[in-house]
Amino acid sequence: MRKKKLAGVFMSFMMAAGVLAGCNSSSTSGEKDSETIKIGANLELSGGVASYGQSIEEGIKLALEEINKEGIDGKKLELVTFDNKSDAAEATSGTTKLISQDKVSAIIGAATSTNTLAQVQIAQKNKIPLLTPTGTNPTITNKDGVLSDFVFRTCFIDPFQGTVAANFASKDLKVKNAAIIIDSSSDYAKGLAAAFTEAFEGNGGKVVKEEAYVAKDTDFNAILTNIKSANPDFIFLPGYYEEVGLIIKQARALGIEAPFMGGDGWDSPKLVEIAGSDPLNNTFITNHYSSGDSDPKVQDFVKAFEAKYDGKSPDAFNALGYDSLYFLADAIKRAGSSDPVKIQKALKETNGLQLVSGTMKLDKNHDPIKSAVILEYKGGKQEFNTKVDPE
Amino acid sequence: MEFLQQLVNGVSLGSIYALIALGYTMVYGIVKLINFAHGDIFMVGAFIGFYSITILDLGFFPSLLISMVTCAILGVLIERIAYKPLRNATRIAALITAIGVSLLIEYGVIYVRGAQPEAYPGDLIPATSLDFLGVKVSSQSLLILGTSVVLMILLQFIVHKTKIGKAMRAVSHDMDAARLMGINVNNTISATFAIGSALAGAAGVAFGMYYTKIEPLMGIIPGLKAFVAAVLGGIGIIPGAMVGGLLLGVIESLVSAAGFSLWRDGVAFVVLILILIFRPAGLFGKNVREKV
Repeated sequence: MRKKKLAGVFMSFMMAAGVLAGCNSSSTSGEKDSETIKIGANLELSGGVASYGQSIEEGIKLALEEINKEGIDGKKLELVTFDNKSDAAEATSGTTKLISQDKVSAIIGAATSTNTLAQVQIAQKNKIPLLTPTGTNPTITNKDGVLSDFVFRTCFIDPFQGTVAANFASKDLKVKNAAIIIDSSSDYAKGLAAAFTEAFEGNGGKVVKEEAYVAKDTDFNAILTNIKSANPDFIFLPGYYEEVGLIIKQARALGIEAPFMGGDGWDSPKLVEIAGSDPLNNTFITNHYSSGDSDPKVQDFVKAFEAKYDGKSPDAFNALGYDSLYFLADAIKRAGSSDPVKIQKALKETNGLQLVSGTMKLDKNHDPIKSAVILEYKGGKQEFNTKVDPE
Repeated sequence: MEFLQQLVNGVSLGSIYALIALGYTMVYGIVKLINFAHGDIFMVGAFIGFYSITILDLGFFPSLLISMVTCAILGVLIERIAYKPLRNATRIAALITAIGVSLLIEYGVIYVRGAQPEAYPGDLIPATSLDFLGVKVSSQSLLILGTSVVLMILLQFIVHKTKIGKAMRAVSHDMDAARLMGINVNNTISATFAIGSALAGAAGVAFGMYYTKIEPLMGIIPGLKAFVAAVLGGIGIIPGAMVGGLLLGVIESLVSAAGFSLWRDGVAFVVLILILIFRPAGLFGKNVREKV
């Protein structure tokens, strides 16, 4: 019974899609629908992680303004925003509303992995492309080996940062012996560490020591003494800023001078307060984007953003929101249609698209293969160090 | 050399446990109540110290003093409001109340200021690493060790040489008899809580100075570890808390050094179980046979 019903929904949807596609191909119809292409944005504009959603929205709005100056093949993009209140259930119903009432061609959102996962089923069922700007959890696009073929993301996934860090360590810092300290209570840290080990050993390096801790630990002297006696020339520390700050502070007090490196989990002003600015010298993080990047594409974006938002310097969320709409606009242009299925096909074939956060190419799981930036802490400030391309 | 460094690590970790365990063991020794809220008073102490330093712009010692005084008042209030009405109830009732008070303080603080961590400013006390034969000793951990030893001696002095100490011991021995002898039992118990909580406040500020990061749930694990330390040394015995704390710190460091860092907390509680099975009175305790 249930199967039949699903098949019914599926059929009617296919028919609707067919009609829509027909509309566009004839292009003679003067319907309002053909003038604009509706894009839904399902974002955390209030609630617990409101700052993420608001930052993404700022980025999207800037991109919208720029794209609509020329339009896509004469059509303008229309943004329909929905506030999911940082709640997974709201995110689900928001996506249903955007699809059934607003009849959008594609949806951008949400900022967090949890709220994006809550929409995946609906996007899949209705065959509407869903694009998360910042959801880094690998299961969003591929759960238990099954690809969610209508779901995409603009950011790279968690393990990718481990690979980038390993390449940076081998090629730029030219180190051979690394130690790893893992937060064993975090999947994020474990994913980064596994990818780091694989890539670092592939580059001919050796992981000489591996130590672990759990979140909320405060005393790391014992494991750091073990690390010190293994004498590594590089330490990979893929944790969150609370513990990372303490570890680096205690490591420097024990006389460990080797460079530390981590992922975007370090990216908080609290890190500098906890560790102190001197101990943080000679440490690096991988991140999605840096406003200090000298790439003209990035600098143009920074200038445009500052002009629109009273001199506010754009962060990674702003950049990824901005990129998400460009990613989508590029696909719509290549699809030559507002038909969701054609957009999905075009999104999948994206290759070499230049974005602020790097050059976009998708792997078979719809996960972007693109460059990451390496930031270095100097005197308590993040400074752009280099940009690392994948491979 | 590495072993020696791990011993030093253990002693500096243990001196924090010892500092918290002193207050724990003192309250237990006098009132026979395991005050589970002790770890949370420690947390409140750390925050008061933090706000005195950052908002009131005070130095280390004035902040320490403010924190100790505030915690002493808080301790007395908790005793008057939560524990005193239950003084003649079963011990399990008082114990459960203590757990309730502990949760109330933790989530009360989260309600008031949120759950985000704070970082102690790092420039209050010069933090230099002293080098002995290749072993690094932080000057701050020496300060903490020194503070615990001084407080332990002070506590021993108060309990054994002063009038209020004599009253405390009398109350501990037999509350009713003490009252008949004209001792003000309520005031004596309040004094016990005041001193114990002030110690927790001092430990909180020392912890903040040494480890930098403080947050509303920071008292749970150190509180439990201090409880283990107190039992290890013999609960109610003041030098026992000191030795138990240091011993526990060294055990944990050696477990981590052997490559089992994730087992560290587990081992601390295995120690608790073993001591309760084989030497329930603790290392320093005498086995007192109860007369029927």
